[in-house]
Amino acid sequence: MSAVSTFLLRRRGGKGWHWTDVLAYVWLGLGLFLMFGPILWLALSSFKTPANLSEFPPTFLPLDTRMAAVSGYEKPLPLYRVKQDDGSERVLAQVRRVGLTAQLVDPADPQTIIRVPIDKRIPEREVRLATGNYTEPLQQFNFLRYFQNSIFVTVMATIITLIVNSMAAFALSKYEFKGRTAVLGIILATLMVPLSVIVVPLYLVVNELQLFDTLWGVILPTVATPTGVFLLRQYMLTIPDELIDAARMDKASEWQIYWRIVLPLAAPALAVLAIFSIMWRWNDFLWPLIVLSRKEQYTLQVGLNAFSGELNVQWHYVLAMTVISILPVAAIFLFLQRYITSGIANTGLK
Amino acid sequence: MSHLALRQVTKQFGSVKVLHGVDLDVRDGEFVVFVGPSGCGKSTLLRIIAGLEDASSGEIHLDDRQVNDVSAADRGLAMVFQSYALYPHMSVRQNLAFGLENSRMPKTEIEARVMEAARMLLIEPLLNRKPGQLSGGQRQRVAIGRAIVRRPGIFLLDEPLSNLDAELRVVMRAELAALHKRLAATMIYVTHDQTEAMTLADRIVVLRDGRVEQVGTPLELYNKPANRFVAGFIGSPRMNFIDASIARTERGSGLDIGGKHHAAWGLDLPHGSPVTLGVRPHEVDITEVEAGAMALEITLVEQLGAETVLHAKTTLGGAFTLTSPGQGRFLVGDRIGVALPPDLHIFDSEGQAVSRR
Amino acid sequence: MSIVSETRGQAPSLSIVLAAPLRLVMGALNAPMSFVQRRFGLGGMGAVFLAPNMLIFGVFVLIPVAINLAYSFTGGMAIFFGERHVVGFEQYRTLFACGDYTQPATCREDAFWQSIHNTIFFVLVQVTVLVLAALGTALVLNREMRSRGFWRAVFFFPVLLSPVVVGLIWKWILQRDGLLNAVLVDYGFDRTLWLAERNWAMFWAIFVSVWAHLGFYALILLAGLQAIPRDLYEAAMMDGTGRLRTFWRITLPLLWPNLLVVITLALIRAVQIFDEAYVLTGGGPGTSTLFITQYIYETGFAHVLRNLGLASAASILMGVVLVGLTLLQLMASNRRNREGNR
Repeated sequence: MSAVSTFLLRRRGGKGWHWTDVLAYVWLGLGLFLMFGPILWLALSSFKTPANLSEFPPTFLPLDTRMAAVSGYEKPLPLYRVKQDDGSERVLAQVRRVGLTAQLVDPADPQTIIRVPIDKRIPEREVRLATGNYTEPLQQFNFLRYFQNSIFVTVMATIITLIVNSMAAFALSKYEFKGRTAVLGIILATLMVPLSVIVVPLYLVVNELQLFDTLWGVILPTVATPTGVFLLRQYMLTIPDELIDAARMDKASEWQIYWRIVLPLAAPALAVLAIFSIMWRWNDFLWPLIVLSRKEQYTLQVGLNAFSGELNVQWHYVLAMTVISILPVAAIFLFLQRYITSGIANTGLK
Repeated sequence: MSHLALRQVTKQFGSVKVLHGVDLDVRDGEFVVFVGPSGCGKSTLLRIIAGLEDASSGEIHLDDRQVNDVSAADRGLAMVFQSYALYPHMSVRQNLAFGLENSRMPKTEIEARVMEAARMLLIEPLLNRKPGQLSGGQRQRVAIGRAIVRRPGIFLLDEPLSNLDAELRVVMRAELAALHKRLAATMIYVTHDQTEAMTLADRIVVLRDGRVEQVGTPLELYNKPANRFVAGFIGSPRMNFIDASIARTERGSGLDIGGKHHAAWGLDLPHGSPVTLGVRPHEVDITEVEAGAMALEITLVEQLGAETVLHAKTTLGGAFTLTSPGQGRFLVGDRIGVALPPDLHIFDSEGQAVSRR
Repeated sequence: MSIVSETRGQAPSLSIVLAAPLRLVMGALNAPMSFVQRRFGLGGMGAVFLAPNMLIFGVFVLIPVAINLAYSFTGGMAIFFGERHVVGFEQYRTLFACGDYTQPATCREDAFWQSIHNTIFFVLVQVTVLVLAALGTALVLNREMRSRGFWRAVFFFPVLLSPVVVGLIWKWILQRDGLLNAVLVDYGFDRTLWLAERNWAMFWAIFVSVWAHLGFYALILLAGLQAIPRDLYEAAMMDGTGRLRTFWRITLPLLWPNLLVVITLALIRAVQIFDEAYVLTGGGPGTSTLFITQYIYETGFAHVLRNLGLASAASILMGVVLVGLTLLQLMASNRRNREGNR
């Protein structure tokens, strides 16, 4: 492989840059900036205080007023840079603010109160992470609950998906029976037809089954994925039939053949499907949005949307929770990148 | 050890008939080889015996019991597959033990059988490896071992040597023959390679287009092929075929080969009937052009050291191959004559061997 | 599939983790399943293995599709079928009642036609930009470079983000006091309300969806590029073929099957555009970024006057388009697999 690229990159006459070299590096640089920049910006912003967030122009790093412990005061006091009449600057701690006047003290001399008009002082700031953005929504709002709901939905849906899809794929790849072609045809036809096309009647079915506003109502409609069946079947077709024959000669029952021979051999495809399924279910939005009505049942995505759709968007919370919702995905990506990329490259699925 | 009987076994895939009523008896301890070109139905027949495929009609008897409706698992046979079909995710030991575990054999017994087979096949050091870590020959042994541990009534082997390189194939062939002697087991072996069939078989079954062409010992097939197909299939280099016709004179029957008369007695066919002569390459003697029954022009010379293979064309334009012992001095373009042997294979226009009175 | 060779080696580590519980559960099912096998015979086991999936599939996909069809022929506000009255093709007539199809305002369901116009525009522009950008990225990533894995990850990571997250990230950047405006103001431009202006909102809907999916398609194309035998390039080099010519005469024709798959896949996804755009613009301003899926969702669910019949009819129409595109896609990927196996 690398030999091809060596060739492609080999420069005319050994030296000098071909214009495509320049273009390639520009593309990469722009890519890094455009692809990674927004995520970096999200992460940085999620650590800013509401005051810091509402500034324009925004600061690059999360900044917050520096606090100092001053003897005689229980809580740490915010520090301000005060421009004095003689032009010199002092850093003072603000005790309280009364109207347009701020009362400050010198941390070195806490007894003397200095009164300064508020426009004569500038907050003394330092880089500080507003971790409250993360802890508060998890404690005060339902986000911990949303998180748990999302995990429950993702895990259960993935387990069921793997089991029923692999059984169906086994049947469709290793058995001859009447109607097999018809079943395959139906699966292929619905391969790309999304849930969004059938949300209306699906809503009724889920309602009829008493699954409305339950997490199982979110899980069940998604598990019999044609995509998963198709992916696994294509893979199982590559498992030689002679292995199945050998197992039959070895007195294995069909169920044993399924889980002792076929499942282990399909492990790579199962892993790909598992990763996809986790992504799909974690990121699902439209269907949970329709099925779930009580806030306690919300998944993370629905919760995030609801939270960001409120009249006064509390961006500091929304951003922090967005980062939280990315974390599991990022972790999976970090550890299983090879699986994901080779899986996608070879199956064309997402 | 088991014996097997097939009665009018047919097989049809959709509208395609691949077996047309096969009758066959395989005796206890016999090594039978099914041979034929690809698509002749030999593998299908083996799979029907194994129970992996249902016969469309006909009966299969195993030890005098009809087994048509007995599943593969319960026929008590073992099969060695062309691709070996080793379970790639299991170690060699697990591969050997899998079938025994499925029949709920006690663990100690399983272990004993596995070790016995491993010793016999010299694969003890490999027991903890996965099939992916084995060479072709080693996989082959494991595949055979998996059959041995089962102590089957009949070993079914489906082209087991076809994935090995030429050298290894010869070695494994010898080992298989030795194994058959040692186990004294009934074996049915499928191959498209007539050399394997000749060297291994007690009896050979030649199949073509779903029909049994001839059954017999290797030498019977070689010396008395029942028809032109068997004659051409068995033996290497291939038998030469020459078009001729019956020539009856006052002195008795004879043959007309390209206008030349050739004496041959005991032929019952009427004058002028077209026949095909079969001549094996080493059965002819090289003569002067004029003295021979036929004149040939050499087109290719293959020096093999111990013998020389000559490819030639007849005056009628047909191809003819012959071998000459030693390192003869022949050049492309040389013209030679050949003398035909007295006991020619003669086939009628249907391809059936013509019997002589 | 080359996935076999690539990943089979890694499988054991994963299966070991899952092995113990799997053995327990599956092993426990040995006896009952043996009973089932005796009951239905070996030939019946195919249907047995298929049953659980098809049951769920039937209840949650096939029945809804059937209901959908039925609902599209009924009217009224009621939810349950029994309380609705049959109206024949009325819903479809409503959708198609239009003075001039190029002028959504002249249509009875002007929102439906607006959404179709928007979707067509979106699909054409987004797919073109997306495929070209993905091709460029794949070509760049296919070059000799240090840490290609890192670069691949850079372009690919957004693919894994949920549409909601994607929408939120960009909403945050594009808001009035957002990063983009800050940079522009810094360079002396005026602030723009990016998501409150018709044309800009559509621009950003397209931009963001390209941003989110670029890596996915680049990855497929990269795999295609890497599958091109290198001796072809070597032969081209021996022939003294220039770079551009090599690209047009060798790379592009050999990549074509993959490109076809990518185009059809991108089409199918683009037609269904919903989540990202919904979170980003909510369909606004006005109906300028209202797409078909959102129209269906809002007509059937979000409005106080939910019109299930109309939503069903619209989704049937969309389904027909998607099935057609899917068949196209399968043909494309069959061709890719065939040619890949040569």
